[in-house]
Amino acid sequence: MAAEAKIKCSVGLTGNSAVAYAMKQINPDVVAAYPITPSTTIVEEFSGYVADGKVDTEFVTVESEHSAMSACIGASAAGARVMTATSSQGLALMWEMLYIASGMRLPIVMTCVNRALSAPLNIHCDHSDSMGARDSGWIQLYSETVQEAYDNVIQAVRIAEQENILLPVMVCLDGFITSHSIENLCLLDDDVIKKFIGEYKPSQPSLLDVDHPTTYGAVALPDSYMEARRQQAEAMTLSKDVIINAAKDFEKISGRSYGLMEKYRMDDADAAIVILNSAAGTTKVAVDEMRNKGLKVGLLKPRVFRPFPYIEMAEALKNVKVIGVLDRADSYTSFGGPLFTEIRSSLYELDKRPKIINRIFGLGGRDYGVKDSLAVFEELLKIKDMGKIDKVYDYISVRE
Amino acid sequence: MKKGWKETPIRGIILEAGSAHEYSTGGWRKLKPVFDRTKCIDCMFCWVFCPDSAVIVEKGKMIGFDLEHCKGCGICAMECPDKVKAITMVEEEKEKK
Ligand code: SF4
Ligand code: SF4
Repeated sequence: MAAEAKIKCSVGLTGNSAVAYAMKQINPDVVAAYPITPSTTIVEEFSGYVADGKVDTEFVTVESEHSAMSACIGASAAGARVMTATSSQGLALMWEMLYIASGMRLPIVMTCVNRALSAPLNIHCDHSDSMGARDSGWIQLYSETVQEAYDNVIQAVRIAEQENILLPVMVCLDGFITSHSIENLCLLDDDVIKKFIGEYKPSQPSLLDVDHPTTYGAVALPDSYMEARRQQAEAMTLSKDVIINAAKDFEKISGRSYGLMEKYRMDDADAAIVILNSAAGTTKVAVDEMRNKGLKVGLLKPRVFRPFPYIEMAEALKNVKVIGVLDRADSYTSFGGPLFTEIRSSLYELDKRPKIINRIFGLGGRDYGVKDSLAVFEELLKIKDMGKIDKVYDYISVRE
Repeated sequence: MKKGWKETPIRGIILEAGSAHEYSTGGWRKLKPVFDRTKCIDCMFCWVFCPDSAVIVEKGKMIGFDLEHCKGCGICAMECPDKVKAITMVEEEKEKK
């Protein structure tokens, strides 16, 4: 078959439709979910596929996100391939179960459509939800576009289920901005995806294996708890190579290349913005405008936030003179957002460390436009010229 | 020597069935069930209700307690029918004296 026949390009889908379609193609054994804006239509459309007999999935409707994740955990421990989706308060309600999913090493794949957390109540995009879950032991992949969200969901299944990893994976995309915007994207053939993800065969006896009865979720007292946690840390460390390898294989079937991060016009950049998800697209436009004026600026867009690729991050940023990390969430440390503190820490080993500032932007869906991006670049170049930083941590696009 | 983290089965799972048997919970006991065979009518209520499977039954007869695992909760004494009351809970220490 010709390569073109395998890839359907120029299909217009919203981020949520693309994720739902990827889930249909993956055809998981179990999906347990509870609807929450802006992730709702993923599950809504997927339930349509279930009702139409397009998938073999057991679709479990539950009364809350806590139960959704609980049902996912039970199903995954029973040996099923499991997926779900959520946002914001829904993710927050899953909190205790997120740690159980990762601690029990269950390769659940969940899409998190990023949305602000209450209070004040807000349904629009920021990264407070997934950033809050950054220490829950889940691998986290971030997606700039609808295409990336689709591609990440497919790769997530492969990454999660690797025998030496067995960790849950969260695929993040921006609420409304990506989830509800229609973009053209290329879809892969069902068969190609099936081959790429393979069949999920748990290497250990599952809960339903009556010939090999096992206990999942047993108590581990001080004499054994730490060994389990040490194993989890190892799996997270090993997952970096697994993510890279999955991306390499994915490129072979899709022609699209992914890594731990995307570097945009970074080669000789004096100033760089580091930013996640859809805002990276906006920033690229600003980079091009600045470059047209002969100003050496670039963009670094992390794709993998957990595990945090600190070596590659330092490598990518070591020749930049001034870095602006833009966080779409605050950690309320009074020092900076989550992306900032970790990138700043990654640079510590460098002999010559770049100057670095943090700007909190876009909370609760506050618009981030090209002009905002340009303003940050101008500030960065000013710092480069003056050689000093006025404020390390601040908010932008906020009314004074 | 217990296994190191590389050898421990991952996921915190326990691969053998019935391993709880090796874990003695008897030491938690403050009250201990004492059984009067002459009053017992072998109704098996105690056997059904004991949360620790610590009631020993042989050939349809209640014969006593597995004190390695009995936690002394007193459920058996409570459930033993009022008209027989074949089980009484006594303080572990007092009984020893
Ligand atoms: S006291 Fe409790 S644990 Fe002990 S035999 Fe009676 S019911 Fe079982
Ligand atoms: S509940 Fe009482 S009467 Fe019934 S079997 Fe147990 S000890 Fe005997």
